[in-house]
Amino acid sequence: MAAHSSTVISDEQSRPADGPILAVEGLGVEFNVDNEWVMAAEDVSYEIHPGEILAIVGESGSGKSMSSMALLGLLPRNGRSSGSARMLGRELIGAPQSTLRRVRGKEIAMIFQEPMTALNPVLTVGEQIREAVEQHTELSPAQAKQRAVELLRMVEIPEPERRYDNFPHQFSGGQRQRAMIAIALANDPMLLIADEPTTALDVTVQAEVLDLLRTLNKRLNSAVLLITHDMGVVADLADHVVVMERGRIVETAPTAQLFAAPKEAYTQQLLSAVPHLGSKVGGVLADVEVVDGRLSIHEEYAETSLREQEGHAASGVVPALELRDVDIEYPGRFRQPAFKAVNGVSFTINPGEVLGLVGESGSGKSTIARAVTGLIRTSGGTVGIGGTDITKLSTRQLLPLRKKFAIVFQDPAASLNPRLSIGDSIGEPLLLHEKPGRAELDKRVAGLLEDVQLPVGFRHRYPHELSGGQRQRVGIARALSLRPDLLVADEPTSALDVSVQAKVLELLQELQRERGFACLFVSHDLAVVELLASHIAVLNKGTLVEQGSTEQILKYPRDPYTRRLLAAAPVPDPQVQSLRREQRSAILAAGNAE
Amino acid sequence: MSTSDKRRDDSRASAELSELTLQSQDTDIVTQAPTRAQTDRIRTTDAKSQGRLIRERFFRHKGALAGIALLVAIFLLAFTSIGYAGIPGWWDKQYDVLAARFNEGRPTLTLWPFSLGEHPFGQDVLGRDYFALTMRGIQTSLIIAFVVGLVAMVIGTTVGAVAGYFRGWTEAALMRFTDVVITIPTLVIAAAVAGIVARHGVIPFAIFLGLVTWTGLARLVRGEFLSLREKEFVESAKSVGASSARIIFRHILPNTVGVIIVSTTLAISGAILLETGLSFLGLGVTAPDTSLGKAINDNRSALSVRPWLFLWPGAFIIGIALAVNFIGDGLRDAFDPKQTRVKQ
Repeated sequence: MAAHSSTVISDEQSRPADGPILAVEGLGVEFNVDNEWVMAAEDVSYEIHPGEILAIVGESGSGKSMSSMALLGLLPRNGRSSGSARMLGRELIGAPQSTLRRVRGKEIAMIFQEPMTALNPVLTVGEQIREAVEQHTELSPAQAKQRAVELLRMVEIPEPERRYDNFPHQFSGGQRQRAMIAIALANDPMLLIADEPTTALDVTVQAEVLDLLRTLNKRLNSAVLLITHDMGVVADLADHVVVMERGRIVETAPTAQLFAAPKEAYTQQLLSAVPHLGSKVGGVLADVEVVDGRLSIHEEYAETSLREQEGHAASGVVPALELRDVDIEYPGRFRQPAFKAVNGVSFTINPGEVLGLVGESGSGKSTIARAVTGLIRTSGGTVGIGGTDITKLSTRQLLPLRKKFAIVFQDPAASLNPRLSIGDSIGEPLLLHEKPGRAELDKRVAGLLEDVQLPVGFRHRYPHELSGGQRQRVGIARALSLRPDLLVADEPTSALDVSVQAKVLELLQELQRERGFACLFVSHDLAVVELLASHIAVLNKGTLVEQGSTEQILKYPRDPYTRRLLAAAPVPDPQVQSLRREQRSAILAAGNAE
Repeated sequence: MSTSDKRRDDSRASAELSELTLQSQDTDIVTQAPTRAQTDRIRTTDAKSQGRLIRERFFRHKGALAGIALLVAIFLLAFTSIGYAGIPGWWDKQYDVLAARFNEGRPTLTLWPFSLGEHPFGQDVLGRDYFALTMRGIQTSLIIAFVVGLVAMVIGTTVGAVAGYFRGWTEAALMRFTDVVITIPTLVIAAAVAGIVARHGVIPFAIFLGLVTWTGLARLVRGEFLSLREKEFVESAKSVGASSARIIFRHILPNTVGVIIVSTTLAISGAILLETGLSFLGLGVTAPDTSLGKAINDNRSALSVRPWLFLWPGAFIIGIALAVNFIGDGLRDAFDPKQTRVKQ
């Protein structure tokens, strides 16, 4: 079936054999803010050849998205572009809208970050693909429908004839992104611009979508311009890399060369800031060997490591946090049944220990974090904090215990009250529990700001004046203000750029060492968890599938889900990544065979 | 933490400072350490509080400034000219004193050369000075408008906040009650009650109007609370053990101030028009007192013969309502935290 569809697609257009598909030279983008032109990108030059995947990498504000939007003339109203971008010799910059409209969708297509909002919820997925087909071709409706089904088959959606009539909400996140890719490919574009195509997806789904992009690119011989912040994705997919910083290109190199020997200081810093899965414990999936595409697992490794561990098990210590058979249900409404988000989860964290709770979206990891801090009621089991079960306590009885634990939230922009100054935000827990005098409170807040390495003068500022990294530091200071025995960190760095993430993680590690609090670190990112946690618990659909020491989980996982998760996480190293791809397909094949 | 640790932290903190000159950019792989002078400058900069930002934005809004100027001018004119509650003003005539009609009661106001004359706005059919009468009308209308605004704000905010924060049966009961109040036509209930209330004076009449006009505000405030109570900063406050009262008043309410103030100003301009309408129908303020609406009603038959009796109160009604609406617009723009500058 796949072969059939590919012949249909590739016969339609003959492509020029040589020369770049897109040649960008001296591209600049500016925005008019308060009657001043502010530079967003400057002197951007690169070429993309047929069959090539070029990645533009940069952190937020680097101008990577805007320079690509300028190619299609899709800048916001207050933007303007200069320089040159030639698509097969035709100039795009400054071209009239009517020309650009013909280019968009037909020759250059885009895939956006959020498949949830990019599809129209009131039209079926098939109709939306058919619409894209009809936009630029003269096909009859029946032919267009046939073509849409073909496209769905090409992006590996099972039962495309039936799924054609499904609405977007009946597709999973990964399938929606596949449908978006099908729409983008509807008219055989020569260039596909993928703007953070997998950022909103889970790692295992991300790996599938990346695989699809890779095979499609090879098969159709089109070019892909990949815009991303994720070095792992770059290592997995790209042939060439362009690194951008503050609107300028810092370095351009073939992928292998860039990762092996980055020339520029910024690239080096960027690469070193990316947490590298397996760097601390020395490799991942060490017991998995791929022989002729088949999986063989050395069970004995895991047993040895387990035996070693048993000797170290602590005894007679009151754990900082102990969950026993915890169930959490979201109550149903009317005839809707209750939804069980967490099912029989048990784990313990000893004082001074960091446990990483890992899972994909919907696994219930944030729900557990909220239950531990008394924000959600559990429906079964016990949650012991410092030996006291908090599930049976009333709000009033819980109040004195709240000094013992604190939580840091994911989104630093949403977790600080915009109407409170930084000093008031940090001082609030102190004010509620210890009721210190004004001078004493000021002193304590100043001390906390110093602890999280922010200037003391920040206490008079407001959250909107701070950057994301600074806000998260404030969140940490607030959480640590009462010197808790247990810190719950719910994805504290996933909203931050890598370089900022690296610093916040470093700060967390340092504070943890200094103060010795126990920490429940919730994250979807295995590499980040590896850096901080001594133990890892893996959560899948509300159930704990595996737990153990970091080394054991990363090197000798025993649950198939953990293996899939580990194999799917992209590593910022092209060579390792291609090996891991093999491993992954073998693990998936083994999973399917079972 | 020891002093040496602190010093080390200081140097790290100063390395971080390149991060803070940009508000939203997180691109902070630090390449250069800022100089001592830079560090000091940043530390001593007085940060703008939310309140100051709002004030600055408000004062950049030309329409709102004009509205404030107009409202203050009307307010001063009405209260200083004929005085209030026994305190005499600078105008020598009373609104309830009959006098002989002068030149058929035509206005004596001339703009060039400027002169007020004996009766700048003319006299009504009974020979009362129409300037004093209009000023009295403005006083009544303004008092009613602001009392209505205050009552509606207090009730609406309380009902909305409690319903939105506590959810459950509290919300169900309060919102159904709100629905009931909305479904009762204001005019009908006013016809039934206002006559009685108005006999007891202007303030009870205003309070009554407030009691039927808080519903819109309650719904808006409830909506705001519903979205804000799910925000992480509220969870964060709950997680450190803040009480419900503290969360409502310290954390959520300040974030809804914009909505409350804006819809209160709009309620005020609505109240002016509502009072005018009711008085026009004879359901509001009763003689010998007067309001702008009543003045229009009393003289509606004189429109073709003595148009000034109709024009003056009409012009002030429009002026006040417009001024209040402009102020409301300015406040809404100023309170919107996502807005960085005011569009002209």
